[in-house]
Amino acid sequence: MLDLVYLVPLIPLLGFLTIGLLGKAIKKELVIGIIGSSAVGLSFLVTALIFFDMLSNPLSKAHIVTIYQWFEAGGLNVSISYQIDQLSILFALVVTGVGFLIHIYSIAYMKGDRSFYRFFAYLNLFIFMMLNLVLSSNFLLTFLGWEGVGLCSYLLIGFWYDRKFEGVRIKWTGDAGNKAFIVNRIGDFGFLIAMFLIYVTFNSLDYVQVVDAASESSKLLFGTGTITAITLLLFLGCTGKSAQLPLAVWLPDAMAGPTPVSALIHAATMVTAGVFLVARSSILFALSPAAMTVVAVVGVATAFFAATIGIVQNDIKKVLAYSTVSQLGFMFAALGVGAFTAGVFHVMTHAFFKGLLFLGAGAVIHGLHEEQNIKRMGNLRKYMPKTYITFFIATLAISGIPFFSGFFSKDEILWHSFSDGNSLLWLILSICAFFTAFYMFRLLYLVFFGKERFNTRTVHPHESPASMTVPLIILAALSALGGFLGVPEPLGAWFSDSPHLLHSWLAPLFQNSEIIIKNAGAEASHSLTMEYLLILISVAVAIAGIMLARKYYSDENWTKPRQLASTFKPIYSALYHKYRLDEIYAYLVVDPIFNSSQKFLWRVFDMKFIDGIVNGTAKVTVQLGEYIRRFQFGLVQNYALVMLAGIVLILFFLLF
Amino acid sequence: METVLITLFLPLLGSLLILFFKRDNVKAIKYSALGFSVLTFIVSLFLFFSFDSANPDFQFRFEAIWISQFDIGFRVGIDGMSLLLLMLTAFLSPITVLSSFGAIQKREKEYYVMILLLEFAMIGVFISLDLFLFYVFWEIILIPMYFIIGIWGGKERIYAAVKFFIFTVVGSLFMLVAIVWLGYYVGSTILHSPAGFTSDLILIRNTLFESAIPLDIEKWIFLAFALSFCIKVPVFPLHSWLPDAHTEAPTPGSVILAGVLLKMGTYGLLRFNVELFPASSIEYSTLMSWLAVIGIIYGALMAMVQTDFKRLVAYSSVSHLGFVVLGIFSFTAEGIQGGIIQMVNHGLSTGMLFMCVGVLYERRHTRQISEYGGIARVMPNFAVFFAIAMLASVGLPGLNGFVGEYLTLLGAFRSPILDSYVFTIVAAIGVIFAAVYLLWMFQRVMFGAVENPSNHTLKDLSKREWLSFVPIVVFIVWIGIYPRTFLNISEQSTRALVNKVHQVKFKNQPLPFPDTPILKGEE
Repeated sequence: MLDLVYLVPLIPLLGFLTIGLLGKAIKKELVIGIIGSSAVGLSFLVTALIFFDMLSNPLSKAHIVTIYQWFEAGGLNVSISYQIDQLSILFALVVTGVGFLIHIYSIAYMKGDRSFYRFFAYLNLFIFMMLNLVLSSNFLLTFLGWEGVGLCSYLLIGFWYDRKFEGVRIKWTGDAGNKAFIVNRIGDFGFLIAMFLIYVTFNSLDYVQVVDAASESSKLLFGTGTITAITLLLFLGCTGKSAQLPLAVWLPDAMAGPTPVSALIHAATMVTAGVFLVARSSILFALSPAAMTVVAVVGVATAFFAATIGIVQNDIKKVLAYSTVSQLGFMFAALGVGAFTAGVFHVMTHAFFKGLLFLGAGAVIHGLHEEQNIKRMGNLRKYMPKTYITFFIATLAISGIPFFSGFFSKDEILWHSFSDGNSLLWLILSICAFFTAFYMFRLLYLVFFGKERFNTRTVHPHESPASMTVPLIILAALSALGGFLGVPEPLGAWFSDSPHLLHSWLAPLFQNSEIIIKNAGAEASHSLTMEYLLILISVAVAIAGIMLARKYYSDENWTKPRQLASTFKPIYSALYHKYRLDEIYAYLVVDPIFNSSQKFLWRVFDMKFIDGIVNGTAKVTVQLGEYIRRFQFGLVQNYALVMLAGIVLILFFLLF
Repeated sequence: METVLITLFLPLLGSLLILFFKRDNVKAIKYSALGFSVLTFIVSLFLFFSFDSANPDFQFRFEAIWISQFDIGFRVGIDGMSLLLLMLTAFLSPITVLSSFGAIQKREKEYYVMILLLEFAMIGVFISLDLFLFYVFWEIILIPMYFIIGIWGGKERIYAAVKFFIFTVVGSLFMLVAIVWLGYYVGSTILHSPAGFTSDLILIRNTLFESAIPLDIEKWIFLAFALSFCIKVPVFPLHSWLPDAHTEAPTPGSVILAGVLLKMGTYGLLRFNVELFPASSIEYSTLMSWLAVIGIIYGALMAMVQTDFKRLVAYSSVSHLGFVVLGIFSFTAEGIQGGIIQMVNHGLSTGMLFMCVGVLYERRHTRQISEYGGIARVMPNFAVFFAIAMLASVGLPGLNGFVGEYLTLLGAFRSPILDSYVFTIVAAIGVIFAAVYLLWMFQRVMFGAVENPSNHTLKDLSKREWLSFVPIVVFIVWIGIYPRTFLNISEQSTRALVNKVHQVKFKNQPLPFPDTPILKGEE
């Protein structure tokens, strides 16, 4: 069964080729939609079969399936091969599972689009690339998937390439796509150099060999500059793909793409690739305490940065985008303190509830004829009850209300940030959790409650068709119940010895890394009372956030928030403009490079200096010729005269 | 008869034959040019399939005495590297001819004579095993190229053609001096042969490997060759002929210029500079690598600010070929293999980019990027091909460009001779810029709404254009997902070369090849 893993990426690839090459000829949207969805659905089935196989016959070590040798030169030998282990299969399940639901949803969502087939071709290509990323057995194939998903993201952000989109230095949706690709390329630069360093250090790019070599020589490698450089460079790649500071700027603009794309790529799957990469190379990170600190700090800083911006945004997708950035920050904070399982757990639950939130947002936008401003919505629960209920469940999950999925995963992160990190990390993350509950319920109130703030005569919101609501309902079920895969000890000890299923599942992968971290760090504080207390605090924080949002936004005039916005105008404006990070980059990075290239390098150096030398040489040669030509005046008598003068001169020298 | 000779002389035969055609019989001229170039490609396939890639030596050798007094001969032969470049030439020539059908609308007879003559000389350059013969082919190329730019080019064609000519001639004069000196030195000083001179490349190479020229003299010979080749590549700061020549040349001229002619420079660096003067090559490796990485960044920055579509692609060549030079002067198997495959890649993807520019130029007769916008809407099929060429140039994994870039960067990174990470790091920044200028160009030309009314009615690709794009795409993808087909061909000759250079550098020490990882070294 395990050897069939090649089918998992292959089927979506075939889907992409079929739709891409024949889509125009097929024409029928439903046929294209079914081909695209079933490709992902089948891929999910195969993944599930492999998963169940693994449940019944646990793997003692990673199972590698090699397809063929990719390239080979000198000592380098890289193959296209897939690695089945607990981590890769978990990610593959999420990617194909959530991917399948979003494909189904898209059939109705994209109905009537001019380039319907192109959309599904891109989506299938994306799934193929994402599967390569997570199933790969070496860094280089992961890199292929990594840049491949970046390509799909680029293509899908600019899918409606002739539509305008507003942003700093952005005019068209394609500009937003460019921004995403280029910012990611900066991260990929880090990934690339990290791979070179890994190769010269471990003489291999295969995960198994690198991990084995690293654990064998962990004493030798611990804390060395090389390992720190490798991990920091890898992490630079992660900050690009997973939109962390300082490269977080692209994700909000990525909302230019169709909403299912935002759900699939920019919330549920691609942006978590950074978490995957850190988890995959957890042993390397464990060997560098410095890098771990950087990861934790960046994660926390990003969580705070994005959560605060999310509070004041008015575009439904922008709110969710900043929320995604913030939640990714939570995941990295977890990874940074060594709680790898918690990070991966949050990837999973986040895929459920954030995927659901985006799909719900898509239904709302659709129902309101492309309206995205939440200040022009309201009372939609009356018109779209199913969307409302599912959206509400997802909101509860992300806010961390007990027993919804987000509660378990977020709580685990908060607990680890306290016990393995320090109280400051915990404090900031708790504040972020408060903001999260606040901005999510603000969104909920503005969209689904209150009075209609749109023109009810021209706009008639309606519930979406079943093919859109069924995926919502399934995701809602997962958002509600998915957390029970990771029940923390204090809450689950009464029914099982190891209630945290995910932890036991991933244990073989993270064991070594966790031991290294434990050995290196101070004794972690593991008091059960403390854990209970923190759970209570985090629930209280979430409820406080909700209550505040309720207080502010159940009032139709938003008196209090308006008042606050005008009192703290500078702060409000800074948050509204995303701390002006885009402008800072534009003025401090983009402009200087572009202007100096254009005004100096090109116009002066290349055109005046280099070409000047060339043309100058030519000119001098020509003029020299002109000058010398004067001696060839063609009068024989004069030649004779010159000759005579010469002879006299020579004789003169010879004689005296 | 020898297949290699058929491959060489078929284009010449075609060229001579077309001379006898009536000038108004354009159709016959076009199709016989196409026929001859296709035939050449088919014949070259025989070379490809009968080539033994396990053998690092020259194969299909043929030798005939030419000027016996000076031991100058008609000596040809093929090793892995020359086979790949020969195949590239034979592959791109029919495509070039095909794209000439639309681009060339005057004096067709002369044009196709020139194109086939050019193919003949280019193949000659890549298979010559005689310095003098090489020089002859090298100079022959100038003639058709000069006319192609000067007659069928754009507005500033005369300036561009003269500039191209003078640059190359200046370089090749230095090379000629070096060839004469070298032939004389090896012939009389070392071998004391009766002729007192030789231009037999293999003989010279083997002799020099046994008894090298004293380094302080060798350096000058190295520099003379290097100057000539660096102008051709072009290596920064000798690039200034290239944007003009590329921009003014007609589309097929740019394709052949970017696709094949520039490779003669990098080929020469590898074949002559590195093989004949390994000691000097090592001596100058830091300088060459710096010029390469400066070229990568500089070319990218220049490309970024261009408003002329073709100039942008031209500057991108400066950037892309920097990778090849960097790979060569890393003296690692990865780097050189990467450099060789990158030569092929650049030929395919930049050639295709020029064809894309040509497609638009033929429809709109302008090269200004700002004249376009939203073209994807009116030419959706073209958009797909253009996107593939663009992404291949960006170096997206899964397409050809990535393989070359990755290997050259890796080679430079772990090179014991360069012994510094800085080259790779700077060059990798160039990879970021490649995305910037290419994506931005694509955005401005293809995306957005159609705002210029004259773009509303553009016709999508014709059958002929499809026919010229599809084969290139096949190879772009092929090299991207299964580069071993091509890497294997030059693997053995590269290994032999690397070993040789390492022997010169590290004398009797154990070779750093196969690898000794740092980790094991520390234990």
